[in-house]
Amino acid sequence: MCHVAVREFRMTRSASRTRSRPSVGQRLLGGFGEILITLGIVLLLFVGWELWWTNIDAGRAQTEVTSEFVKNLDVVSVAPDSESTKDFGPAPITKIPDGGTFGIFYIPRFGSNFAHPVTNGVGMDVLNNVGIGHYPETQAPGELGNFAVAAHRQTHGQVFWNIDKFQKGDKIYLQTRKGFYTYEWNETEIVYPSQSEVLWPVPHELGAKPTSSMLTMTSCHPPFTTRMRIIAYSELESWRPIDAGPPKEIAAVVKKTMEK
Amino acid sequence: MYAWIFSSLPGPLWIRIILSLVLIAAAVLLLMTYVFPWLSQYSPWTESTIGLMFP
Repeated sequence: MCHVAVREFRMTRSASRTRSRPSVGQRLLGGFGEILITLGIVLLLFVGWELWWTNIDAGRAQTEVTSEFVKNLDVVSVAPDSESTKDFGPAPITKIPDGGTFGIFYIPRFGSNFAHPVTNGVGMDVLNNVGIGHYPETQAPGELGNFAVAAHRQTHGQVFWNIDKFQKGDKIYLQTRKGFYTYEWNETEIVYPSQSEVLWPVPHELGAKPTSSMLTMTSCHPPFTTRMRIIAYSELESWRPIDAGPPKEIAAVVKKTMEK
Repeated sequence: MYAWIFSSLPGPLWIRIILSLVLIAAAVLLLMTYVFPWLSQYSPWTESTIGLMFP
């Protein structure tokens, strides 16, 4: 008898507790928990946005910039002439405008369809939207010294994702208003983000007089971090005027890009 | 918080479900177009340049 009474008492007590309104403290705690869960979801969304959506945005912006550049070309030559290995002598200097896109990079090692515009400036406005940026303090294509560019290793189009994949003999092609510059990769190194000597006219040699035209590409290393920088050096090997058509190795992708 | 929002939405249950989906979509859109681009400048993945210090 007594037992039953106690049990009934407990049941009504616990039932009434769940039915009653939560106390102020419980509600505050619950609201705090909801805020934490929301923050967690927002952070996950941010990671998704950064790693995936920025690529879509940047891809769209780069296609736009590329077609703008193509529209402003005087000569849009797509067919390589028969003497595609002819030597056209020393390359002229392509003047770089203060802002704006002045060329397109074709890098077969990064994919047979790799065609990305290069714009003056390495601010986030350039790198986040239009891909490859030229360090304004460095030299121009064809000029003696160092033509240095930067692009993202991941996110925002991840243009230089494969920068660590260069092999001996790999060519990097740059199309400007003047023509096609062909660079040949020769070495890659990993440096600290503060090591701006890689951008000097002769990398690592302070005040040295440059005797050749080189291309320096910089990006993040290792991927998904910003701890180090990966630097790929290439040497200007040859050039073709725009009306001689592109080197035959990239004729297909140039044709496709010019039609965009 | 969410329980309170959901219960203060007007209409029958299915309308409230649709309304809350619209609210979620609006919040995500706002984040993607304004908040994330701003937050991105502090993100650890978007640095690929070299510090410029010329002689």
